[in-house]
Parts: sequence; C-alpha cells; structure tokens
Amino acid sequence: MSGSTTIMLCAGTSCTTNRCVAVREALEQELAQQGLQDSVEIVDTGCHGFCAHGPIMTVQPEGIFYQRLTASDVPRLVSEHLVKGQPVRDLMYTPPEGGPTIPKLSDIGFFGKQRLIALANRGLINPESIDEYIGRGGYDALATALTQLTPEDIVKEIKSSGLRGRGGAGFPTGLKWEFCKAAMGSPKYVICNADEGDPGAFMDRSIIESDPHAVLEGMAIGAHAIGASQGIVYLRDEYPLALQRVNIAIEQAREYGLIGENILGTGFSFDLTVNRGAGAFVCGEETSLINSLEGAMPEPRTRPPFPAQCGYNGKPTNINNVETWANIPHIIARGSAWFASIGTASSKGTKVFSIVGKLRNTGLIEVPMGTTLRDIVFDIGGGVMNGKAFKAIQTGGPSGGCLPAALLDTPVDYESLRKAGAIMGSGGLIVMDESTCMVEVARFFLSFTQGESCGKCPPCREGTRHMLNILTDITEGKGEPGDIELLEEMGAAIKETAVCGLGNTAPNPVLTTIRYFRDEYEAHINDRRCTACVCKALITYSITADMCTGCHACFKNCPTQAIVGQVKTPHEITQSKCVKCGMCKTICKFDAVRCE
Amino acid sequence: MKLRPEDIETVREKIRSVTALRDSDDRARITVHMGTCGVASGAQAVLDAFTAAIADSNLEGVSVMTSGCAGLCSSEPMATVELQGHPPVKYGNLDADKARRIVREHVTDGKPLDDCAIGIGSERGG
Repeated sequence: MSGSTTIMLCAGTSCTTNRCVAVREALEQELAQQGLQDSVEIVDTGCHGFCAHGPIMTVQPEGIFYQRLTASDVPRLVSEHLVKGQPVRDLMYTPPEGGPTIPKLSDIGFFGKQRLIALANRGLINPESIDEYIGRGGYDALATALTQLTPEDIVKEIKSSGLRGRGGAGFPTGLKWEFCKAAMGSPKYVICNADEGDPGAFMDRSIIESDPHAVLEGMAIGAHAIGASQGIVYLRDEYPLALQRVNIAIEQAREYGLIGENILGTGFSFDLTVNRGAGAFVCGEETSLINSLEGAMPEPRTRPPFPAQCGYNGKPTNINNVETWANIPHIIARGSAWFASIGTASSKGTKVFSIVGKLRNTGLIEVPMGTTLRDIVFDIGGGVMNGKAFKAIQTGGPSGGCLPAALLDTPVDYESLRKAGAIMGSGGLIVMDESTCMVEVARFFLSFTQGESCGKCPPCREGTRHMLNILTDITEGKGEPGDIELLEEMGAAIKETAVCGLGNTAPNPVLTTIRYFRDEYEAHINDRRCTACVCKALITYSITADMCTGCHACFKNCPTQAIVGQVKTPHEITQSKCVKCGMCKTICKFDAVRCE
Repeated sequence: MKLRPEDIETVREKIRSVTALRDSDDRARITVHMGTCGVASGAQAVLDAFTAAIADSNLEGVSVMTSGCAGLCSSEPMATVELQGHPPVKYGNLDADKARRIVREHVTDGKPLDDCAIGIGSERGG
C-alpha cells in the first residue's frame, strides 16, 4: 500500500454508541504493530447516515466500505486489506437482497470523482451508429441552433458559458468565434484540430473514437454561428480507428441531412471533409496546421493577421480543438448558465485528461475544473504503483511543466497551472515516481520538442538545440558550474522570442525542473551524482558483501558477464564490464545490490 | 433519408426500443468497450468469446454491442453487462475464459463475478 491510504471512520453519535472508539483504538494499535502508522491515516468523519450498520468505515482511495465492525475484526482487516491489498469481503456491506459485494461505481475513486460532459456518451453508445447518438439526445442542439437561435445568440451563449480552448492555450471560445464571425470574406471555414501530438496524450483520439458525432454536431453549430460553409477535421494519421469512425459519422450525418446542403430543411448548408495529418507536432499549432492544409511547409505564420481574418486559403477560419467542439452541443442543449456553474471563477466546465505514467489506474478521465492534482493522482489514479513515492506530475506534455509533491494541491485551471510554471495544455498528465531523474526527464522532453521544431525561427531552432546539448552534457557527467543559470537565461529568452507556441513552451520542462528540483541538477553537476540512479555515466552498481548470499541469480542474468563469484560466497561486479543495465539490482532478492 | 427537426424525435423513439434495455425485449445486454486501448488489449477475442458463448448456450434475448473506451485503460479489455431490472456491472482485465464465465454465471444465473467486476452502476454524466 502507498502512503495515500486513508481510513474514514464514522464517529457520529450512533457509531460512537456502537463502540467505534474501541475500533479506532484497535486500528491504531494494529497499524503501529504492522508499521503502517505513518502511511495510513485515520480520519474521524461525521455520520454517514448508515447508522443501522455501524460502526462503519471506508478505506480510501479504493472506497471499500466496511460495516458492523468490532475490535476483533481489526487485525484481520489490517493484515488482509492494508498489508496485502485484498479487501475483506465478509466485512463489506452486502445489500439486503443478498447481492454481490461489488463496489458501486460512484464509490470508486476512479469513477466517482469524474463528471462527464465531453465524454458523456463514452462507453454507452456504438460510435458507428448515428441513431444511438440521436437516442442519447444527439443533434437536438443543432436543431435548436438552426431553428430557434440566431448566430448572434449562439456566440453570446458560448461567450457567457465561459468555455475556453481545450487545446491548451485557453483562449475564450466565444470571443474567437466572434472575431471570425465579424471578419469579411467568403467562404469561411471551421476546422477541428485533432492533430494530437503530445507523447502520452490521447484525449482527442478517445473522444473521436467513442463519440464522433458530438464533434461533428459542435462544428455544425459553430459553422452556423460564424457563417462558415466548409469544415475540415485535421486528424493525425496515426489514429486509424478514429479516422474510420469519423468518416463513418460524416457519411451517416450526410445521409440524414445533418451536414451537407439544406441541413434539417432550414436552408443552412455546411459540409465536412477529413484531412489526415502527416505527423508533425508543429501542425497542432493553428497557423502551421493551415499551411499544412494548403500543401505548404508546416511552419507557423506571423500574426497578425490572425486565422479569424486570414486563415485557410486566405479566408476567415476558426480552429478549435476536438474537446472544445465536443462541449458545444451540451452548452447549447443545457444552457450557458449550467455550464458556467461548473468549475472555477476563471475556468468553466470540465477538462478531459489522459493520466499515464507510474499510476495504478491509467486512462482517460474528465473532471470539473478546479479539481486538485492530488485528487487526480491519488483518488482517481489510485496513487503511485508498486508502493513507490510520488515525485512529480507533468502537465501539458512536452510543452508543460513538472510540478512537485508540494504543489499537489494546485487546482487544475488555466491560471493556477500557469502560475506554477506549467500549462493546462491539451490534457496529458504524466506521473513520475522516485525512480525518475528530473534532469533526464527535462532532457527527454526537450529532445522531443527540439526534434519537432520546424526550424523557422532561430530561438527555437538554435536555442533548443543548445539547451539540449547542455542537458545531455549534464546527464553524461560533463556538466559545468554555470550551466543551470545558462539554461534559465536561454529558456526565458526562447519563451519570449520564439514565433509560435512550440518554441514559447519548449523550455517549460527544463525551467520547472530547475525551479522545483534544482538540487538534482546541482548533484549532477557538482557531485557527479544522479540521485534517482538513472544517468548511467554518474552511477555505479556494487554488491554489499554481507548481504549477498551467493545465490548466483545475478551471475546467471548479467548480460555482459560482469559479475564474478562462486555459489554461496559473496559476488562482485567487474566495473570495466558493467553496462549499468540494473538487471542485477532487479533480480536480487536480498537487496544486496546497491546503486549510487 | 433527410431529416427535418421533428424527425429527430422519431429516430430517437425508434432506437430507444433497441438500445435502452428497459424499453426493449432483451433481458440482457453486453457491451464490449472497443477503443484503441481495448482493441490493443484483446477486446476482439473477448467479443468473439461472448458471441460464441451465447450461441453455444442458445441464450435468447441477450444482445452484444460494441462501444468506445470506458476510461480505465489500464484495466482493458473491459465490458459492461446489464440485466433487465438491474444496474450495469463493469468488468475489467477480461479474456475469453472470463467472458465465457460471465455468460454462464452472470447472464444465465444472475450472479455477477466478484473477482473481475470493477464496479456497479453508471458514471456521472452532465
């Protein structure tokens, strides 16, 4: 069990009468005996309203509910559930009709803390059936928008909903629509940016795969508001299933007259095509995306003019991200006031995240804005896997920042994350544990953005390359005093001067790891040590003689025959042969292999 | 068929008699989650096992559907099983054997499998 376990023990009047104090004392005693007093917290709660079954308690984050506890149940409960991680079924609540002891979805941290808007239909409909989408309320919003609302009404509604761009930058969507609506020129275009390129991010893919019509309906509503007659879904070609489903969706919508000529008989015409992106990260930047659509080099354009005035084919163009579009039908159907009631003062609604890395639960989640990173990591993500300690969470992918444990109470909203040096980004969250080297992480992310730099502007092209060289030197044990300061100076300059979002954000992982994990950089440079034991040039494996039983397991598994020793006598590592793969440390059952 | 605004409700009524279990003649519905994550973890084999097990047992009134990612990608392949009059049960880490057991024990005998069920009920929408 990780340090995140909390026992919520009911201390209401009724449970107290039912001797919950004795249960608490037994718990404290048993936790101390098992050495868990520091990793399991007991919290007294108010009445759960389930007094007939008291004393009761819930073990978080799993949300397992125990009832009718006595002090004598406690040793078994602690050793089975908290030590071995196996909930004790016969102490759990059983519904009166003798049903199964399966927890309720709403009581499970992963599902219970989520609120689905953009993903409202996930897992509930066949994404290849337009009828099933309509069955869940689909295309009502489009009918309302076309028959009851003027374009002005729609823009006003989106503006007052407070919806901001879910692609990362967080620009108010309604305002963006207003600019494009006011722009002169015809035809106008709406584009769906589905060129999701962040490593470890799959929000857009999942939305299109589970509910493609939500995106199409949002685009049709947006087109009506702006006065656009053409739409393009710019989808990365690495998403074959999403491509297949969006194409099917477009065909079905066209057959029903929900896109195409004279939609729903209202006289409004809007058609859609899909463009497959060829895999350049910079195409997620909207002006590069437009260049790519036009067949030109995918390089950002200088702005102004903005795409709203002069975009695709020189015409007014509005680009929104997949998740932004998927929110639109819900806002029109349920009203801006409903949407604005969810979230924080400046960030409304929900945000979809893909949570990956060293978590027990990985996957796709949607939470109200303002949910803390701690809730996401521990309640939803189930905490760090394999009992290791949490170290950092990367928000916003390679353009974002690494935040430490001290900032886990940061709420996810655009401003709070920016203040912490990270960004909301499109929604990739990567969790790292104590075995992660933060300098190496920064080097990895920068190598990604550096490789994806289009090369148009010198700050990004040359600057990130030099930063990457310095970081590589540091991880190879060739760091020099002054490197950290130089990285900070260059990072700040590149952020200021690069032409587009790629360069403006590329230094973020470096700058945040320096800000929050400076001691690791200093250890690499000054002490030639990698405390997380990752950077091969800075670490040495050795065998502690008095802990080695001579079991020979490392000897047999070492890929370079670097380990010498007879069975039942302590072994040694020949340093000149060691390639520092760590196999011996992984395989040793006696913890005799040290890395420092 | 090109729809008019008033036709949307007609389409909805028609599909609900097929998809909403309580409005249909089916007594059970199995939904296999087939996003990229599910497919990559073996959802196709699970889907095949469900349909084969239902055919082998000559079960009537049991429909098998496919849908997108259920969210908990680390527990894929996942499926949701709903019996008429009961809340849906979400299963995770499935394989063909477990799929056959679900058809036998849950769908036929009405006893959800404790050991591979993740949770019971629906997610919070809207």
